[in-house]
Amino acid sequence: MTWKQVFTSSIGQKITMALTGISLILFLVVHVSVNACIWFNDGGQIFNGAANFLGENAVPRILEVGLFLFLILHIVQGLVLEAQNRSRRGVGYAIDYGNRGSTWYSRSMGLLGTLLLLFLIIHLIDFWIPSRFGVMPETTLADGKQVHNLYSLMQIRFQQGWIVIIYVLGCISLLYHLLHGFYSAFKTAGVYNKRYLILIRWAGYLFSIIVSLGFAMMPVSFYFGWVK
Amino acid sequence: MEHYNMNLTLKVWRQRNSKEKGRFETYKVENISSEMSFLEMFDVLNEKLITEDKEPIAFDHDCREGICGACSMYINGKPHGPWKANTVCQLHMRAFNDGDTIVVEPWRAKAFPVIKDLVVDRSAFDRIIQAGGFISVNTGNAVDANAIPVDKESADKSFAAAACIGCGACVAACKNSSAMLFVSAKVAHLSLLPQGSPERKTRVVAMINQMDKEGFGACTNTNACEAACPKEILVTNIGRLNHEYMTATFTADK
Ligand code: HEM
Ligand code: SF4
Ligand code: FES
Repeated sequence: MTWKQVFTSSIGQKITMALTGISLILFLVVHVSVNACIWFNDGGQIFNGAANFLGENAVPRILEVGLFLFLILHIVQGLVLEAQNRSRRGVGYAIDYGNRGSTWYSRSMGLLGTLLLLFLIIHLIDFWIPSRFGVMPETTLADGKQVHNLYSLMQIRFQQGWIVIIYVLGCISLLYHLLHGFYSAFKTAGVYNKRYLILIRWAGYLFSIIVSLGFAMMPVSFYFGWVK
Repeated sequence: MEHYNMNLTLKVWRQRNSKEKGRFETYKVENISSEMSFLEMFDVLNEKLITEDKEPIAFDHDCREGICGACSMYINGKPHGPWKANTVCQLHMRAFNDGDTIVVEPWRAKAFPVIKDLVVDRSAFDRIIQAGGFISVNTGNAVDANAIPVDKESADKSFAAAACIGCGACVAACKNSSAMLFVSAKVAHLSLLPQGSPERKTRVVAMINQMDKEGFGACTNTNACEAACPKEILVTNIGRLNHEYMTATFTADK
């Protein structure tokens, strides 16, 4: 059994999805926590400081490379799996089993993932590319340090209603992707104990709702001027 | 339960063989008793077709008591029809009302090609079992049944998994045409028992290899299979299968 055989088998491909998926979940924890600093409502002092800390230090920068590799692996493997799985039926049914046996979002992970991908492209162009490679408004922190003013960038972007709507739609895709993905990843990773599966189910629901709602409220808060 | 008779419209998939394209044909059946089984209703229809000199509808069946797994019809969008934890042969016509239209399709999966009408070739399952769904024991005197201690909980779980009748409804229900519920039932059944433990690593790898070779899809944990399974095989077995597979492959020597 070579490693290649392991990771190209049907279960092996799912293991890749689960490991990369769980890594992306861990990233989301960091991302949503840092961004939540905007609600200190201090003109972005703490948020800019935290974002700058991640942008400047070696460890987060190395992790960022890993994150991108895992994201690409997740996307490519996800789309390959989706295409393979779709090709297994042949002649389709006249009447669909539908929601009687499963939830619509558990059957739509490929679609939800593709929506997420489209959103991610927009999102990276909006924030990540300017902050890494572009020209950014600068600001001075309390300790006198010059940093990128990501906060003001958010303020500017989220003045426009249609951008806010795209972000909220992105968060809805994330919500449903995670509602299934969180639970599915652990089951793929071999959890079979009922006691843990129930725990994972509920932790998954809670996590998906908190994270997606948290992200969605950020553009909304700027748009309605709840944070200044 | 009150007895009643009904007239029904059936839309049934007809396909001459695996090569030719199939299509739906519409049939009327009259005076069907609510006490009949679904297959008996098909018997009535086939008698009628034969007396009219038409080709009867081919469908699979054997025990007609819910234990062999031969019967396989996808009825109104659900494998084995509307009742929960039930096979087609044990589906009774009281599940339907006078005037209903019932759509009957074969299992749909490339790994289960149609042989004729509603009969599909499920020998892919046999080959998966042949790949590893057994234990190797030397012949000789039968060992005393109680010689090897087995804890009650494992015995119960193993027994519940062993209830799988290999009908293929899980494949039919799954959007990926995945056979993971079936394979997980077989792997769990044996790996939970001391008799199955010596070969647990080679077994799970061999069975998954064969499953992939047969062209079944991967599992995305939608759990549609569990809802369609006549023997209520639990999807927790799939978690166990994943665990067995990972342990076997990650600890392999080469
Ligand atoms: C932050 C972003 C994302 C997170 C946190 C995430 C998380 C997850 C998780 C946890 C799983 C479950 C793995 C499993 O079933 O074992 C999963 C599955 C999947 N993801 Fe993502 N994902 C993200 C982005 C994407 C993107 C951009 C795509 C683009 C195509 C995508 C496509 C898929 C597909 C097709 C599956 C397979 C569904 C399945 O096997 O049930 N995901 N994702
Ligand atoms: S797991 Fe259930 S649905 Fe699948 S073959 Fe066994 S009895 Fe049939
Ligand atoms: S004919 Fe044997 S299970 Fe239905």
